[in-house]
Amino acid sequence: MAVKAISDYTAVPNDLVENFNGMQLLYVHWVNHNMFCAPFTLLVSPDATLPEVFGSHIQPATAPHPESAKIDYEKIKWELNGEPFTPSQTETLVSQGIDHKSMLRMTTPGLNGLYNASF
Amino acid sequence: MTAAKKLNLKQKYQYLTRNMDWEPSYQKKSDIFPQEDFEGIKIVDWDGWEDPFRLTMDSYWKYQAEKEKKLYAIFDAFAQNNGHQNISDARYVNSLKLFLTGVSPLEYAAFQGYSKVGRQFSGAGARVACQMQAIDELRHSQTQQHAMSHYNKHFNGLHDAPLMHDRVWFLSVPKSFFDDARSAGPFEFLTAISFSFEYVLTNLLFVPFMSGAAYNGDMATVTFGFSAQSDEARHMTLGLEIIKFMLEQHEDNVPIVQKWIDKWFWRGFRLLSLVSMMMDYMLPNKVMSWQEAWEVYYEQSGGALFKELARYGIKPPKYQDVANAAKEHISHQLWTTFYQYGHATNFHTWIPKEEEMQWLAEKYPNTFDKYYRPRLEHWDEQHKKGERFYNNTLPQLCQVCQVPVLFTKTEDPTSFSHCDTVHEGERYHFCSEACGEIFEDEPAKYVQALLPVHQIYQGKSGGPELPQVLTDYYHINIGEDNFDYVGSPDEKRWNEIKGIKPLNKDTDAA
Repeated sequence: MAVKAISDYTAVPNDLVENFNGMQLLYVHWVNHNMFCAPFTLLVSPDATLPEVFGSHIQPATAPHPESAKIDYEKIKWELNGEPFTPSQTETLVSQGIDHKSMLRMTTPGLNGLYNASF
Repeated sequence: MTAAKKLNLKQKYQYLTRNMDWEPSYQKKSDIFPQEDFEGIKIVDWDGWEDPFRLTMDSYWKYQAEKEKKLYAIFDAFAQNNGHQNISDARYVNSLKLFLTGVSPLEYAAFQGYSKVGRQFSGAGARVACQMQAIDELRHSQTQQHAMSHYNKHFNGLHDAPLMHDRVWFLSVPKSFFDDARSAGPFEFLTAISFSFEYVLTNLLFVPFMSGAAYNGDMATVTFGFSAQSDEARHMTLGLEIIKFMLEQHEDNVPIVQKWIDKWFWRGFRLLSLVSMMMDYMLPNKVMSWQEAWEVYYEQSGGALFKELARYGIKPPKYQDVANAAKEHISHQLWTTFYQYGHATNFHTWIPKEEEMQWLAEKYPNTFDKYYRPRLEHWDEQHKKGERFYNNTLPQLCQVCQVPVLFTKTEDPTSFSHCDTVHEGERYHFCSEACGEIFEDEPAKYVQALLPVHQIYQGKSGGPELPQVLTDYYHINIGEDNFDYVGSPDEKRWNEIKGIKPLNKDTDAA
């Protein structure tokens, strides 16, 4: 619906990709690991590959969790924006559809968080 | 000769709100009040507006001045007697830090909002009511700052509240709430603030803070609370009056008002999640649990209210059931969020002491031991090993309420109630279906949101690295205002005041 206003109401989104100086946002949620209170927001290069982002951003983010070191990258089940997703090892993020403000959910079979509480 | 008879209150009010008004003759009414119609609210007779308090300027001035005199006498006494030394524990002061940066600026925003809408109605009764409330809100903002200023001399994190309100990441939650309301039309503003905030939800804000102050020996803040109480009672009554007035004026108003009630109930509920953690975690002497407060002040009072409004065709807020179910979770979810981002706050965070854990387990038998105690105990262990947990990666924020996407599904409290949408080629993320729905109603409004995490990544918050953001942009003094309470300068000072040996966390004054 349009905003009810006293004149024509137009708006420019505040978070267009061009505002991020050549980078883009990527959200990553490690399912069942609520030690991290919310999905992460990462600032990444659209030309990076997913294994590169995993090493440079995701691993440091999850490192405080005792299960982090046990993650086997090959076994991760990914979802991209709500759909099952098989990432490429070599293609860039943007060329395989991981565009600005996309959200990746990663499930790590066998690693389901601590204390039977998805922590 | 007979003396002129003095006007009674009713006559005075009549003069102020009716007889001093006039019908314009050489300007169109719609030019004088250009914002009255665009929201679609139809007012057929402004004389139907009744202010139950019939307050006039002279009585208002006299009454407020008397209250003010008493209030400042107590502030002076509090300062002269070093009242801060008599509070329950220095951890209590952290709830004042949250209040001063999160709530007092909202009082000021309310003053601005009521000043604005007080110009926009062609009915003089409504204009006068808004102007009176504007003055109340300004006074509340000022007296709160004066009540708490004494603490600024003795504790950290209270030194730059207005700037922090505008800039610090979590304070965008209250700020954006009021910015949303103030940038709406005048009738939506009144529904948002006078009705949803002041009438439906205000007890959940003021009772916990003011009773919290009383339970924790903070006489300055308690006295402010008493001084504001009569104003708040007036604002609440007015909030209900406003809703009934709109509903009685025209049946076309009903669906518009319903939509606003749905929206502003939810926005208020999200905002109050900050209060939930204050009640359950930040008050050393607890008043009641958030769940108990929600049951008394929303489920019971709100239930009665919406029963009363049913005759106008108004239903309870759309996502009320989600909010009711969340009462067992949100305080824990919020506190564990602030605990892990405690390096980026102007207040301290900590792990509750064992007796506090027991209290939480008693108050939350279905959820605390199962979901939340293990988190706190895990982090406590880490802290004791010298590895206090901080989350060094920024969280995803909701595009509407701006809280991190931390809330969970009603049916599964371990998975986030995240949802998203694509609007004009851009993707947007929300903490909940309810926030997503608010976005879908007015996407052009919310695509402009300044989300603090995204602002940092755009390089617009002082620099690329977190320490620069904290010091240069947020004015948080690293090592003084932030990090754990244990080991903080606040704790050290408190221990000196109380003659407690340092680093003896479990035996200090509870």
